[in-house]
Amino acid sequence: MDDMTDATASGQARTVRVTGPLLEADGVPDVAMGEILHVGPDRISAEVVAVQGGRATLQAYEYTGGIRAGEHAAPSGRPLTGLFGPGLLGSAFDGLMRPLTSAPVWLSPDRPLHTAEGADARRWHFEPRVVTGDEVSEGDVLGVVPDSGAVEHRVMVPAGTHGRVEWIAEAGETGALDRVATVAGTDVHLSDHWPIRRPRPFRERLSDPVPLHTGQRVLDLFFPVARGAAAAVSGGFGTGKTMLLQQIAKWCDADVIVYVGCGERGNEMADVLDDFAQLADERTGGRLVDRTVVVANTSNMPMMARELSIYTGISIAEFYRDMGHDAVVIADSTSRWAEALREFANRRGDLPAEEGFPADLSSQLAAFYERAGRVTTLGGQDASVTVIGAVSPPGGDMSEPVTTITQRFVRAMWMLDRDLAYARHYPAVQWSGSFARDTAGLARWQTVRGDPEWSVRRATALEVLAEADRLASLAEVIGVNSLPSRERMVVLGGRLLREAVLAQNALHPHDATCSDEKGAALLDTVLEVIDACHAAIDRGATATAVERLDFGPVIRAAQAAGRDDSATIATIREQALDELGRLP
Amino acid sequence: MSELRDREPHASALPGARVSHRDIRAIRGPLLTVGGVEGVGWDESVEVETPDGLRHGLVLDVDSDQATVQVFEGTEGLTSGAIDVRFDGRPLHIEVGTGWLGRVCNGRGAPLDGGPPITGDRLAPVAGWPLNPVEREPPHEPVLTGVSVIDALTTLVRGQKLPIFSVAGLPHLALATQIAAQATSAGSSFMVVFAAMGLPHADIAYVRDRLEARTASGELVLLLNAADDPAIERILTPRLALTVAEHLAFEQGADVLVIMSDMTSYAEAVREVSAARREIPARRGYPGYLYSDLAGLYERCGRVRGRDGSVTVVPVLTMPAGDITHPVPDLTGYITEGQVVLSPEIASRGVYPPVDTLSSLSRLMRLGAGKDHTRDDHLDVSAQVLAALAHARQSAALAELVGASALGETDRAYLTYRDTVEQRLLHQGQGETRTLDDTLDRAWAALGVLPRQELTMVSPEMIARRLPGEDAGVRDG
Repeated sequence: MDDMTDATASGQARTVRVTGPLLEADGVPDVAMGEILHVGPDRISAEVVAVQGGRATLQAYEYTGGIRAGEHAAPSGRPLTGLFGPGLLGSAFDGLMRPLTSAPVWLSPDRPLHTAEGADARRWHFEPRVVTGDEVSEGDVLGVVPDSGAVEHRVMVPAGTHGRVEWIAEAGETGALDRVATVAGTDVHLSDHWPIRRPRPFRERLSDPVPLHTGQRVLDLFFPVARGAAAAVSGGFGTGKTMLLQQIAKWCDADVIVYVGCGERGNEMADVLDDFAQLADERTGGRLVDRTVVVANTSNMPMMARELSIYTGISIAEFYRDMGHDAVVIADSTSRWAEALREFANRRGDLPAEEGFPADLSSQLAAFYERAGRVTTLGGQDASVTVIGAVSPPGGDMSEPVTTITQRFVRAMWMLDRDLAYARHYPAVQWSGSFARDTAGLARWQTVRGDPEWSVRRATALEVLAEADRLASLAEVIGVNSLPSRERMVVLGGRLLREAVLAQNALHPHDATCSDEKGAALLDTVLEVIDACHAAIDRGATATAVERLDFGPVIRAAQAAGRDDSATIATIREQALDELGRLP
Repeated sequence: MSELRDREPHASALPGARVSHRDIRAIRGPLLTVGGVEGVGWDESVEVETPDGLRHGLVLDVDSDQATVQVFEGTEGLTSGAIDVRFDGRPLHIEVGTGWLGRVCNGRGAPLDGGPPITGDRLAPVAGWPLNPVEREPPHEPVLTGVSVIDALTTLVRGQKLPIFSVAGLPHLALATQIAAQATSAGSSFMVVFAAMGLPHADIAYVRDRLEARTASGELVLLLNAADDPAIERILTPRLALTVAEHLAFEQGADVLVIMSDMTSYAEAVREVSAARREIPARRGYPGYLYSDLAGLYERCGRVRGRDGSVTVVPVLTMPAGDITHPVPDLTGYITEGQVVLSPEIASRGVYPPVDTLSSLSRLMRLGAGKDHTRDDHLDVSAQVLAALAHARQSAALAELVGASALGETDRAYLTYRDTVEQRLLHQGQGETRTLDDTLDRAWAALGVLPRQELTMVSPEMIARRLPGEDAGVRDG
């Protein structure tokens, strides 16, 4: 690569200060903000974050142990880039987008500097989709690579390029860095470098919401997220955050999943890699891993690379969006990213805002979540990047800065509740504190698709849940038996909704995911059963008699019925209504 | 080849060869600022020679010709004119090998047992390198501790990190020591590294005494930093323990359990250094990097693809004033794979170990328990025991309001059930090792006091096979 040659041109830059990931270099020639310098004998990457005179402050992306004052710092002439091309799907990368698959067992800083080595060696099959002489413009498909993962890999005309195809590669084997076309004097390669902090361009944003089906009932029925929206899941440790995110990754109906493990557990990443490699993918018939990209920067990997991993993940998602696919970025956890920002700002001596976080935390978080979007791509296709970020509030304190700022910029917030998790109610999504801001638009979409009852069903159920919660706190004081019959039915209704609809068993083959139709059938069943309970009371039945009925089949209906098996649910509903109808 | 490795030969020639520095510019708290230095690297290991012996340290900051050094033994008694500072030329390395087994050392790895200094076949950096996530093998075999409540309900899995959260005054050290003394993994060689940080001498004596058999059989490494030992030395202790453990596990193929007690004392030492450096604090005066610092320790657990051996980490920490939202338990909980929580309320009922089963969780249990790992009924029976305990807690809360006599039959059965679980399953002697079969049978026996229709999480076949007295058909439902 060109990394060695540019070093000689600037022999003067030397480190003068080293404290953890913060470096200061003196005698630095003209460098750009965000430019990468290579420091020390291992040539570790460090990014320019401040310049004053000839002195630059650098943020190092590796362990800086052994780096001295007076160490050589060589400007690379470019910002931090990743290599975007075939071979991303099914692979794992670190925060700097270096392949982990070809990295050694122990990650010491003396690893290869840039992406590539592993990727370079592979050969890909390229199939042209244009012929010489065609007129093309930015975003048009020049060819495809069928053997890269489970979704079609498209090679596009780069942004800003228009004109005649002067040369196009013939169908056949080609290397990752080889030229595959020349358009109006611009060479197009199979893979390209892109600065990961820079959003990739698109034509325009689309605003009418289309749901992202997650397969989790509590989300799809109550707190849905639209394609291209940003959502966040927030909860203390042990509330099942990671489990929920993994469920979404496994079952949501996006084309490409980018899973960013940002400052999280190594065993968890190993589990994701293992699990996804084994999991059959119903959408493509292959394995889930073939349309997944993992970016893993675990909590013990260098902290500042953690800060970068978020951008690496979203840039990869945008890369697939630009091909016309729907991508989902799962970032676990944005709090660890914010902590990396704080750590560095503190070392730099910036004035802290709340809880030591830098004052620009809110604009950084906003800028990240705003990279989500459903857009018309440069090539004119409808595609999206949905961002789902985890927030890990310290001490479960929902008033801490990362949580409160995130709430302002996301379209859906899923609050996880420790009490629900302790009661082994999963996913432990609170129905009182969570919100979804696109429900009106999504209800319109459901209506058009033939389910006009969607929003009515949702509102009715939420009302029952809210009243049941209120009564439950009352019942704790006076005992549930002291409540009037109608109120006891509300408490019972709340329990049925929680256990039969909201709770979902991630490990049960029938219940791990749930279709829209099955979810609607379950919710309808429970609401009808609740109505029938009230009707029985109105006819003179005692609350105790109703409570004594065996609601087990209703509660287990989600597991009893297969994923598209509405007949079983209908039978269970008839039986339950029948039993209730027989009460005096 | 990296320069880091090229520098390694210097290691054996520790003193003498390098330049001494006497230009001491500042001494503050545990920090020493040395001037006139050249070519000193960040995180480099340091020796400070004083009239009363050698002290050790690490470089925290390099600024032109000045280096700030954190002194593990503290700066008490240092006189700026009377010390020599020597830089080691690289981050701290120790010799690793089987020579550590059976030894008792202080928090810095110097022998306390009267034996010679520990030598090994290889040098390893105490900071360790992150394990490539792709090369990690997901944990899937249990560590059997012989402690019923842990084996049955929060199974410890090889390669897991599972902390014990406790409150001052509870027997967490007894529990940790019991685990250290009893734990085994089926068939493979099992070793324990016990890192004590800031423990009172009485506790240290207890640990040494209880683990004597394991020391004698050469399966144990003890690193002891007492409460009155230098506080900053505690920052080093767990790193030594993990470095030794990683070698035993991934080079020697042993299953290694690392117990680190008490992590609250460790975190306080980190806070002390941070305060001396005038860093901006995050929560409760702890530095913002405490999460990463703790993760740098806890994440060194695990297994490596294609190699035998595992490192399992059990940190023990006391929650100040029982507050689980305190930064140390909170950040620990975010990193570790579950937690075992001890409760004063259960301890007050005379139960040992007083584990609050409902707040405790082993996230990896489903990977390491059940069919092919422990026993086919394990996961179901433990889920049922926990669900029934959750119900029992509600019944108990209700009983406090309306009186036990006003409870329905079912709620009364749940109260009996809770007592049975605590007495038959949870409660056990501090020297008592129970087999997994014994433990699970006790769980079934406890479930036996509940009405049959309450057992919804175990299959009828399992009930027929395992529930005591089931064949007699005396149960209702």
